Amino acid sequence: MPVTTLAGREVHVDDEGFMTDPTEWDRELAVVLAEAIGIQLTAEHWKVIEFLRADFETQGETATSRRVQTVGGFPVKDQFELFPKKPAKKMAYIAGLPKPRGCV
Amino acid sequence: MNTPIVPSFDDDASSGRKLAIICSKGNLDMAYPGLILANAALGEGVETHLFFTFWGFDMIAKKRMDDLKFSPTGNTAMHMPIGDLRVPQALAPVPGMQAVATKMLKKQIADLGVPEVPDFLDQIVAAGGHLWGCRMSADMNKLTEADLRDDVEGIISASDFIEMTEGAQLLFI
Repeated sequence: MPVTTLAGREVHVDDEGFMTDPTEWDRELAVVLAEAIGIQLTAEHWKVIEFLRADFETQGETATSRRVQTVGGFPVKDQFELFPKKPAKKMAYIAGLPKPRGCV
Repeated sequence: MNTPIVPSFDDDASSGRKLAIICSKGNLDMAYPGLILANAALGEGVETHLFFTFWGFDMIAKKRMDDLKFSPTGNTAMHMPIGDLRVPQALAPVPGMQAVATKMLKKQIADLGVPEVPDFLDQIVAAGGHLWGCRMSADMNKLTEADLRDDVEGIISASDFIEMTEGAQLLFI
């Protein structure tokens, strides 16, 4: 499992760069992760990230776009505006979670 | 310090990719493959067009889209969700069987958190997908744009669709 250095510390990631240990994540790291993929986090982004983190705690897997809409209350359209083109993967990446495994 | 490992989201690479899906079936079970693939493509940043034709036209027709059915009749692959229990084909057409099968399939789909067809199309449009109705199907069914979902961008001919999807990858379902 590769280890990479982000925000001045060692972080475990998979081959693509998604974090593999959610406990290594914190808000400071999220800012760095977001910047690495060209996103400046705003209050709106944070609400989504916080939902993903909380949902992962209870579900044990990353919420899909559909779930972020139906359970989190963030419409798919807004997700595409906040995390352009590939919202599900980008949200997961910034939240320090694995890519969603669900199809929908 | 090493360069951090950052996923390549290939934002630019995917910008030229296009997917066109022709939805030609109006059975509940056959409505889903196109929707699932369209949704997945949009989530990967791929420009996606859906063309509804023949029975697939029912998926966007206001009067019919909430009432797609699933039947075991003629479907020799159909078995119960768990185990391999099959409905004998001789029993498949008995009255009530289609209603039961439809209800069961709807429940299984809902249990997976997958939306019903109209809801799913809402999500696809929200994600930037484009919906098109087939001219010949509209004429055969004597339906106009007013009879279709409001977010259908137009009723177009087969040649319009082919022209519009130049360079796209194409799926016929």
